[in-house]
Amino acid sequence: MSAVDISNLGKVFNPGAPNQVDALVGVDLSIASGEFVSLIGPSGCGKSTLLRLIANLLEPTAGSISVNGKTPKQARLDQDYGMAFQQSGLFEWRTVAKNIELPLELKGWDKNKRRERAMEMLELVKLADFAEHYPWQLSGGMQQRVAIARALAVHPPLLLMDEPFGALDEMTREHMQGELLSICRRTGTTVVFVTHSIPEAVYLSNRVVVMSPRPGRITKIVDVNIEGERTDATRDNAAFFGGITAVREALRGVEMSDHVRGIEDR
Amino acid sequence: MTSRLLAFLRNIVPPVVFGVGFLAAWELVVKGFDLKPYFLAPPSKIWEMFTTNFDLVWGATKVSGTNALVGLLVGTAFGVVMSLVLSRYKVLNELVTPLAVALNAIPIFVLVAVLNNMFSITSEVPRRLMVTLVVYFIVLVNVARGLTQVSPTHVELMRSYAASEFSILRKVRVPNAVPYLFTSLKIAAPASVITAFVSEYFGGSQNGLGSRIASNIANSKNAVAWAYVLGACLLGLVFYTVSSLLEGVATPGGGTKRVRRRVRST
Repeated sequence: MSAVDISNLGKVFNPGAPNQVDALVGVDLSIASGEFVSLIGPSGCGKSTLLRLIANLLEPTAGSISVNGKTPKQARLDQDYGMAFQQSGLFEWRTVAKNIELPLELKGWDKNKRRERAMEMLELVKLADFAEHYPWQLSGGMQQRVAIARALAVHPPLLLMDEPFGALDEMTREHMQGELLSICRRTGTTVVFVTHSIPEAVYLSNRVVVMSPRPGRITKIVDVNIEGERTDATRDNAAFFGGITAVREALRGVEMSDHVRGIEDR
Repeated sequence: MTSRLLAFLRNIVPPVVFGVGFLAAWELVVKGFDLKPYFLAPPSKIWEMFTTNFDLVWGATKVSGTNALVGLLVGTAFGVVMSLVLSRYKVLNELVTPLAVALNAIPIFVLVAVLNNMFSITSEVPRRLMVTLVVYFIVLVNVARGLTQVSPTHVELMRSYAASEFSILRKVRVPNAVPYLFTSLKIAAPASVITAFVSEYFGGSQNGLGSRIASNIANSKNAVAWAYVLGACLLGLVFYTVSSLLEGVATPGGGTKRVRRRVRST
């Protein structure tokens, strides 16, 4: 069974109004269980909208989505996915452990079970010594690791991430990418990952979905064929560079067609 | 240790030196220019009046202080309850908030004259009502802001956890509003004291600090009036200090500091 099935999906904001926006048109995408898929494209291509439609934070205006074989709404109610954003979104009045416990609290877990799971997640992101710290006492990279631990706390089969490393410096970012991959290997989590960075998308993903704006749609899906486990050495790998070139060309095609259309419009 | 002591001295010595110097200059000017006591009393005389009339000043301070405290507590309670109602019903919020802001800007304590007319002339109720009203609007405006201006990421996260509106209120909006409540208390506490004094100028029993100051000036007992002013200053200081300490205790890491951190992280 595929983790996410999307067919002919469309989303229009403010339909009928003068500021109507066709955010997404005719999107078809199927994501297999355990797969890592990145969504990449220029601003306004609808990649974040697509992620929010899968998360049921938005309702589609056309087409259908299924998550884990359920409607997105049911999947959300069952907490079938975890979510992480560019801002870590940690609650500053809660300790690190209490932040991770929040989704479990809402599921009605008892205190001991919650604490046990929080500690397990902190081990996973290597922050076990920081359980009683407050978020502001942590660096940006550590905060983002807590956010990932929180997203995975209910052991969801699916992880939805919206530019989670976008605000981090390059060094921390590469380190976090490695950490994320190793976490996903251990937990078998399916990931949908929105990013602006081509190397990030290629390094992390089995497939990179290239999108274009006005109206937002998928223009190309690039398969990344890197053999074996991805490590820091992967970044010097020919297949890695091949992937980067393929995605870059797909994105250039997006810009070109835009450019040409711009001329025609005048 | 010595460096901390030095830092403490550096903070405390300049204002103390300035204060003592100011009082000395005051004393010298009054003595040197032989200013008449009905024009300006010297600090030494004010202090003498303060100590000899201490029981009277203390009695008047208790009356005004009680009025301020009762109004502060009742006004805060009403303000918090109303802000919870307003945050729940957007339409109501849009109706009431501009009104509350406008009322905050005008000296509504003149209303006490009307309130005096409604209750017995010896009643403390009009003054307490007036303080309640002033405090109520300060608390309402600030706490309502804390309840509504929550991070959009926090709300999206809670929705992804399938949290109910009530859970979002309890786990996001209320904790977010706590620093706002204590900030509003820091504004409202001195305002409650001021309102309690000024209310006494509009008639009623002659038992509080405000009316004592007025009657002693009317009787040309300038130095005694100043002794009551000193009592009023001390009362205001106590209210401010207690509200500041409360803020420090109630919010780990310090309330204002936390708000500042939040702004930086978003």
